[in-house]
Amino acid sequence: MTTANKVKDIPMVHLTINNIPIEVPKGTKIMQAAQTLGIDIPHLCYHEDQRIKAHCRLCAVEVVGKRRLLAACSTEVWEGMEVHTDTQIVRDTQVSILQLMLANHNKDCLSCPRNQNCDLQRLCSRFNIQHSPLPSVLKDEPRIETNPSIVRDPSKCIRCGRCIRACKDVQGIAALTYAGRSSDIVVTTAFNKPMEATDCILCGQCSLVCPTGAIVEKDDTNKVLDALQDPQKHVIVQVAPSVRVALGDAFGMEPGAIVTGQMVTALKLLGFDKVFDTNFGADLTIMEEGAEFLDRLQNGGTLPMMTSCSPGWVNYMEKHFPNCIGHLSSAKSPMSMFGAIAKTYYPENAGIDVKDIVTVSVMPCTAKKFEAARPEMGRNGIPDVDVVLTTRELIKLIKYVGLSFKNLPESEFDNPLGLSTGAGAIFGATGGVMEAALRTVYEKVTGETLEKIEFSEVRGFDGIKEAAIKIKDREIRVCVAHTLQNARRIMEQVKKGTSPYDFIEIMACPGGCIGGGGQPIGTTNAIRKKRMAALYEIDRDLPLRKSHENPEIQTLYREFLGEPLSQRAHELLHTTYHKVAKPYEFN
Amino acid sequence: MSNQIKFLTKNFGQYDTSSIGSYMNIGGFEALRKAVTMDPEKICDRITEVKVRGRGGAEYPLGRKWSQARAVVGENKVVVCNADEGETTTFKDRELIQKDPFNLIEALIIAGYVCGATDGYIYMRAEYACLRPLLLNAIRQAKNYGFLGENILGKGFNFNLHLYSGGGAYVCGEGTALIRSIEGKAGRPRMKPPFIKVSGLFARPTCLNNVESLSIVPHLLVDTDNVYASCGSGESIGTKMISVAGNVNHPGVFEIPFGTTVREIIYNLAGGIQHDRDIQLIQFGGASGKIADASILDTPYTYDDLRNAGVMVGSGGILVIDERTSVIDFLRMNQEFFSEESCGQCTPCREGNLHIKIILDKIANHTATQEDIRIMATIARVMSMSSLCGLGETAQNTLQSAMLTFPEVFEVGGTES
Repeated sequence: MTTANKVKDIPMVHLTINNIPIEVPKGTKIMQAAQTLGIDIPHLCYHEDQRIKAHCRLCAVEVVGKRRLLAACSTEVWEGMEVHTDTQIVRDTQVSILQLMLANHNKDCLSCPRNQNCDLQRLCSRFNIQHSPLPSVLKDEPRIETNPSIVRDPSKCIRCGRCIRACKDVQGIAALTYAGRSSDIVVTTAFNKPMEATDCILCGQCSLVCPTGAIVEKDDTNKVLDALQDPQKHVIVQVAPSVRVALGDAFGMEPGAIVTGQMVTALKLLGFDKVFDTNFGADLTIMEEGAEFLDRLQNGGTLPMMTSCSPGWVNYMEKHFPNCIGHLSSAKSPMSMFGAIAKTYYPENAGIDVKDIVTVSVMPCTAKKFEAARPEMGRNGIPDVDVVLTTRELIKLIKYVGLSFKNLPESEFDNPLGLSTGAGAIFGATGGVMEAALRTVYEKVTGETLEKIEFSEVRGFDGIKEAAIKIKDREIRVCVAHTLQNARRIMEQVKKGTSPYDFIEIMACPGGCIGGGGQPIGTTNAIRKKRMAALYEIDRDLPLRKSHENPEIQTLYREFLGEPLSQRAHELLHTTYHKVAKPYEFN
Repeated sequence: MSNQIKFLTKNFGQYDTSSIGSYMNIGGFEALRKAVTMDPEKICDRITEVKVRGRGGAEYPLGRKWSQARAVVGENKVVVCNADEGETTTFKDRELIQKDPFNLIEALIIAGYVCGATDGYIYMRAEYACLRPLLLNAIRQAKNYGFLGENILGKGFNFNLHLYSGGGAYVCGEGTALIRSIEGKAGRPRMKPPFIKVSGLFARPTCLNNVESLSIVPHLLVDTDNVYASCGSGESIGTKMISVAGNVNHPGVFEIPFGTTVREIIYNLAGGIQHDRDIQLIQFGGASGKIADASILDTPYTYDDLRNAGVMVGSGGILVIDERTSVIDFLRMNQEFFSEESCGQCTPCREGNLHIKIILDKIANHTATQEDIRIMATIARVMSMSSLCGLGETAQNTLQSAMLTFPEVFEVGGTES
């Protein structure tokens, strides 16, 4: 008899699956009960982090005594239940449903961005779907490629509803919805507008949960390959803190594996002239944002101040709470700060014409592509960042050049823009920016050394966290939230003027950047937590853990920027925000 | 007209449907007055005694349903009347509302009393908009007379009634879709659990009943002569509202005692087939119903007899199709309906209806292969076995019964076309 781990106080239920007796806690669904026996019941609409939909019906199983098949995702087990997952009708159902989906699907797998990484493809392979007898009923629906971040291909949509749930239940936005009925049902936006013209903030969480290629990031890999082939160009790359703890997933490594060294080697082998670190930009952000916070605190500026490094969050503020943008820190994101330095200080020092520099950034994020395209992010027609790749696109590049990633030797980031502190590393997790800022703000204000630099109150996966920190004679009240569902709760207070906080950190994606919309397909909350732990591990193991102690940052200020918030710092490292009007308002 | 009986229809034409006073003059609200003196469980027992089954089509025992609704622990329970009546050839609920609106109001108040509900909702199909003023007037008058509102009949029982019109979707006759529609959401079914008896309308415990099921109760409570129990036999006791349509001389709504034969219904009550043509097929229970050929004529109209004959009571609709329409053309028409009305959420129903329509067209055009027939049968079975809701489950009832009753229609040429 197979016995799952007994949970205290939850009564156990006895059943059989394919005649194998099993005992599971009451409340367990058939799908999870089967998993404990190593039986993977096929599913497409089911996602472990989402509310159960029971739409796709692929997980239908036979239960003795029941006239109809039951959905394994939504049916709780009961005492004496006899489940069969492999009878003729179950197999007929699985095969028929896949055939029906394929008949209404654009089957150009070979040129699909999700080729070999597609749940539908995987299941068709598993069930050996060959020569489907059904005629194609696919309607001619073109790809929708209207913004720098996200591309939708309705011809690949299987109407599972995962994207709808992510947008509504995780972000509270509901930019995507079902419309129409019967075979005309589609996943679309309000009034069929392009996503960027709706409430959408381009976070890309939809692309992360889509089981097929119906919602994907805009692919910019060719821009990078072209630049790398151009002998005239000096191509530099920066990598966000959360990429190095996610990249390994795609190469058969354990979730949360720290692959910084292999990643740097891979980027060098790809042909980048310099491999730098966004963590350096994160340290720089702390210098500016920390100084801005102190300035606001001491000179009666707008409080609470809110972080501005998550572009999905900035888009959200501009679209949904435009009257509150004064609360956003004017500091650019680490990526854009890095880009500004890479297009000014760096070429001056290296003796390179700025026009020959191409800055590429690898980000866990689809909204970063939009951020890089903002006209504010650059000067004299030269953008801070030329191309943004998501983690997923970097995976493609590594596969393209045929690297055996797992076996690559480790190497170090280049200098000067590759040196960073633990404070920069934790930017990738919800609470990390706040903790990094507090480490610096505390020491700047008090002039004392911070003894305990871990701020455990702002760590972890809770949606909203708060803490109060006594700095000199003033108690600073801080708040940290991730996902826009949670951000909205915080913003309702800010809007009403009742927010009790001085400083608020918001990241748009669950878990922060480690759970970003550009991360590897298959990212779940369980994996996010492992990546989060990995970032804190990186921080713990670094000799320098406070941004202001970064010697390269100190040099940068000494040689180039002067002080935080200086005239030059403002020109290069700060930005402005503006209300984004929607084409429709329902007031 | 000896087969007709007046039990549910006994008030028809007997009072002014715009006047509560007129209704009270013929004994209106006596059932409610009696009900509030009774132990609610006794009312459930009374219903169970005469084996009333839900008349919407699912045939769930009404007494048991109410008893379960009573037992659910929860605040602000709701009773909902399903007046969506979307099944094709089904229009008996319209007659009950139009000709005896106060009886329905009275029934809902009794249901509220039995289930311990604070609110009742009538969800009426969009096409019955002409009945809205009638019902709204009846609700208003009932409120003015103290049959709705606070402390009804001095029994400390509070109950309010609301009328809601649908948007025209067939699927909103399905319980969870109906509830979403009232809530202002798109009318698409959801998975169960949670079952609506626990978490239904506005997440409140909800007891959902068909118009006819409800309408029986007031009559039953004052049925001192046991007229109801004297009709029918076995599992099919009492009377049944049926609506007959198609190629008959006198289509219409009839109340019959259970046990009346199909022949009596079609040839006596509905006046026989136009121009004495032959019957091609008869569909029982609307578009999601099953079909039979003329060999069913001498079957008594009861739950069990119809089931043994391969069809079902379902919605109570009976559609008679004469020899001029081929089985395939009838199936294509029926399929057209479901290809429109599927909500589109679940794969088997959304895509299956589309492909079955294509294959039926091929059969009509003589281009279908045996492989097509095999695929069609498989899809129909998969739909009925695995769809999310009752619509997908029953959408191919007609086709599946046709394949059994008229196998020759599906004998097509060789495997190559």
